[in-house]
Formats: sequence, structure tokens, C-alpha cells
Amino acid sequence: MSGPRETAGRASEDTQDTEDAVLRVENVWKNYHGHHVLRGIDLSVDSHEVVCLIGASGSGKSTLLRCVNLLETVDDGVIRLDGAEITDVRTDPDDVRKRIGMVFQSYNLFPSMTVLGNITLAPRKVHGVARARAEEEARELLARFGLADKAGAYPDRLSGGQQQRVAIIRALATRPRLLLLDEVTSALDPALVGEVLEVIRELKATGMTMVLATHEMGLARDIADKVCFLDGGVLLEQGPPEQIFTEPRQPRTREFLRRVLEARSV
Amino acid sequence: MTHPSGGGIADAPGPPADAPRGEPSEGGGEWVKSELQRERERLRRRRDLRSSSVATVSTIVFVVLLVWLVTASPGWPRVKETFFDLGQFGDAFPDVLAGFLLNIKIFLIAEPLILVVGLLVALVRTLHTPVFFPLRALAVLYTDVFRGVPTILVIYLVGFGLPALELQGMPSDLATLGVIALTLSYGAYVAEVFRAGIDSVHPSQRAAARSLGLTQGQTVRFVVLPQAVRRVVPPLLNDFVSLQKDTALVATIGPLEALRQAQIHAADTFNYTPYLASALLFIALTIPMARFTDYLAARSQRRRGA
Repeated sequence: MSGPRETAGRASEDTQDTEDAVLRVENVWKNYHGHHVLRGIDLSVDSHEVVCLIGASGSGKSTLLRCVNLLETVDDGVIRLDGAEITDVRTDPDDVRKRIGMVFQSYNLFPSMTVLGNITLAPRKVHGVARARAEEEARELLARFGLADKAGAYPDRLSGGQQQRVAIIRALATRPRLLLLDEVTSALDPALVGEVLEVIRELKATGMTMVLATHEMGLARDIADKVCFLDGGVLLEQGPPEQIFTEPRQPRTREFLRRVLEARSV
Repeated sequence: MTHPSGGGIADAPGPPADAPRGEPSEGGGEWVKSELQRERERLRRRRDLRSSSVATVSTIVFVVLLVWLVTASPGWPRVKETFFDLGQFGDAFPDVLAGFLLNIKIFLIAEPLILVVGLLVALVRTLHTPVFFPLRALAVLYTDVFRGVPTILVIYLVGFGLPALELQGMPSDLATLGVIALTLSYGAYVAEVFRAGIDSVHPSQRAAARSLGLTQGQTVRFVVLPQAVRRVVPPLLNDFVSLQKDTALVATIGPLEALRQAQIHAADTFNYTPYLASALLFIALTIPMARFTDYLAARSQRRRGA
């Protein structure tokens, strides 16, 4: 870590006028084997805000989410959670992840545990919630998302859509400050996408702060407060969905949206 | 009849439009087996019957040939006398059986110890905190050395070497020394089996656990190990089948287990039937274990396929 050079001054003045920013990403760079995956990303997410990251595969959406969750270390730049720098080398990553929920494209449920076991693991072992209490809360969440009868089932007995809903509940069970969703519908049978999107819409209604990497333009248009278009590791354009989807300023955004819509209509 | 010729496997495309059918198949009503399907099953049954009769006949021919070959060999009367002497078998069997109980005891004590050693060594090798570097290096050295040295050598070295140190509290009981030697040798193999299991758990599982805020240790304990252990049960049982028979190697340092008892009897009479008795006992123990291993392996295969 060479430390934030030119961002240092700007960052300190920014934190004042964005007191309620849950997440601030400032000039974040990330390399993989000499290939720049993220090239100076700046992004701010306010409380109760839903931000959708769109862009082609390999544009850096997933990497950005993984950096925010400290599953990857940034090569430069600063990420702040509730104003505190989490990219500081002295930060305890476990402490950061306690406050951030993450849902993965391939669900990543623990196959050796039941649905209930998956959901209550982190509350019990990380947050010290008593088993009975954790299970009660888990059952409430399951009931809310129509999975009450699956509490005792093992993940391999569930459909993809059900597994992903359980994965979202698992991330919610720790009451995270921020929820990261990494292409959560990309691995799903088209017929099962709807049930997962419904859960995300419900979360939006409850005011959850979320960052989604997604290929579902319909979802982004529906629920995003802000849509960010990533291209080759650069955040090329951001704005409210109405603007991005109807009058994108960047030719590359236009080109990307045209191709996506073409693929859909075929 | 749609396939009057029926030349072998009935995998011809669907019946022609004029094929007689019990019921119209549209609209997901009650399924009435079509004439085509009934003919297909008839052919399949006939084929199965033919293959099982071929298997039976060829097995009988093979066994008869084998028996004939052995008994017709010039040395057979001698072999029969020295290896298949019923009287000798009866004389030696009680002693060999008594010795075999010691084999079982060695096995039952060594097995849990091996599991503990193997698991600990495998876990130490997954630690990447700098403080534990010496431990990790030691674990690597241990597996390298004890997988490389033949088990029988380890038994000699432990059996004769450890007591020679004359350390306070060092066990001098030969069977105990045998257990120590087997644990050292097999612990290294089992550690590698566990490590393979741990490595086989997909990194995305760790990512999911860490993203929930679980520490490295919690991730291993609650997420990685349960999956790893489940996967390595069949290979572990395989190692234990091998351990059961390797308890006989302890005979080389002297405790009166099955092989040693057989040796004593054979040395008295110059008849090798006691060895056969001891071999039969080992087989009686390892075959059920081997079948159980096969069963578990087949079951996990089925699960993965499902």
C-alpha cells in the first residue's frame, strides 16, 4: 500500500459534506497480474440509497464489491464505511465484514448445514446472539420471504431461487449496515429470477442500503437511486436511472445499453 | 406390432402414426404403456437374461480351470500337506486367534490416535499466521519423513530405538511401542488425506464465511472442516483397512499377535497352515471394512450425481 497520495486532501473535505454517506470509495485501484481491473473508482453511497453497478463482464463490478468487503485488498485509494477508513492496514477485516452483508452469484450456502443453520451461524458465532433468539429471528425472516417450511431443509434440496433467497436472508440476519449483491440472479433459471428480484424490491422498501452488481436492467431501472456504468475498470458515468437509461451521455454507455437491449429482444 | 424384426436394442424412433396405442397420449392423462415400450422391455429382459447366463457359465469354467491348474501342478501334494493341514489348523487356531485379539486391540487404540494426529497436522499446515511458521515447518517435515520411511522401518526404529533412550516414563511394552510406530507412520498419510479434503472445499465457501464476519479459525471450524471430513471418509476407511493388516508388522519387534503366534507354531512343526489361519482372520476383518468403504464411496458418488 503506497497510501492515498492526491486523494488525501480531497477526502478530508469530502467527509464533511457527506456526513451520512455509508460508503465512500475514493480513487480505488486494483491490479490482477498486472492487469488493471479497477482504475481510480470514486463512488459514494448514502444511507437508504440503492446503487446499481452495470457494465459488461470483466468491467470490475464484482471486484469493486469484493474490495468493499475486504475480500480483496485495494492497490491504492481509500474506502470508508461510516466515515472510517477500512482500507487502513490496521483495520480488522472481520470487524468491517460484521457490518457488511454480501450475497454471491453462486449462493455459496454451506451444504453441511440446514437453512436455519446457515442463517444463524453468523448471529450466534460472530454477534453472540443466543441460539434460541437467533433461530426465532431466522424463522421470522424465512416467513417474511415465504420460506417458512424450508428451515430444516439442506441447501441441495432447494431450487436455485430458494437458495439465493436463503443466502440473502443469511446476509440480512446480522442486520448489516450495507448489503452487497454480486450478480445474484445471474446463475438462476430465468423462471426463478422473479422470486429473487421480489426479495430485493422488498429490501428496497424497508430502506436497506444496497450496492448491486447486476445484469438485470429492469431491476436497475426499478429500484436504483443511482446507476453506475463501469467500463474497463473506470466508472464512466453515473446518475439516476431515468437519465442513464434514456439519455446516457457517454457513447460507450449507449453502446452497452443498446447491446443489452438487443440481446433481450432476441 | 411396430417392430416385427426387433433386431436387438429397441431404440428406434417413435412409432409410426398408425401404430396401435391403448390410449391417446395427449394431455397428460393416465399413462398406458404403449406396445412399443412393452416390446422394448421384452427385448431388454431377454438381453439381461443372456448376459447373466454368459457371466455364470464363464465364471464356472474359469474356477474349474483354476482349480485344475493348481491341483495338477507337480508340487501340489506338498503344498496341500504344508499349507492345508486341517489338524494343524485346529491346533494352531486358538493361539492365533488369541494373538489376533492383540491385533484388534492395537488397531482400535492406534486408529483414534492416528485420526487426532492426522487432523492436527493437517490443520497446522493450513495456519498462515507468521507466529506458527515453525509449527508449520515441523508439520511439513513430519509428513515428508514418515510418508517416506517404510512402516516396518518405523516399527524397528521406535521399537528398539525409543527404549534405548532410557527416558523416564518411556513405555517399554512392545505392543505400546507398536501403536506409537503405527500412529507416527499412518498419521502422516492421514494428515495428507485430511489436507486434500480441506483443499477440496471451494474458496467461495471461505469467502462466504469470511463475508459474514467469521474469523479464519471459525471459518475452518464451522464451514470448511465439516465439508472436508465428509469428503474424506471413504479414503480414510481405505487407510484403515490397510492399517488393520499392518498391525501384523508389529510382530517384527516381538509382541504375541496373530502373525507371531503363527510363526511360533510353524517353527515347531515346519507346517505353514497356521499362516493360513492368521491370513483368514485378517481377511475376515478387512473384507467387511472394505465393503463398507465401497458402500460409502458409492453413496457419495450417487449424492454428487444427484
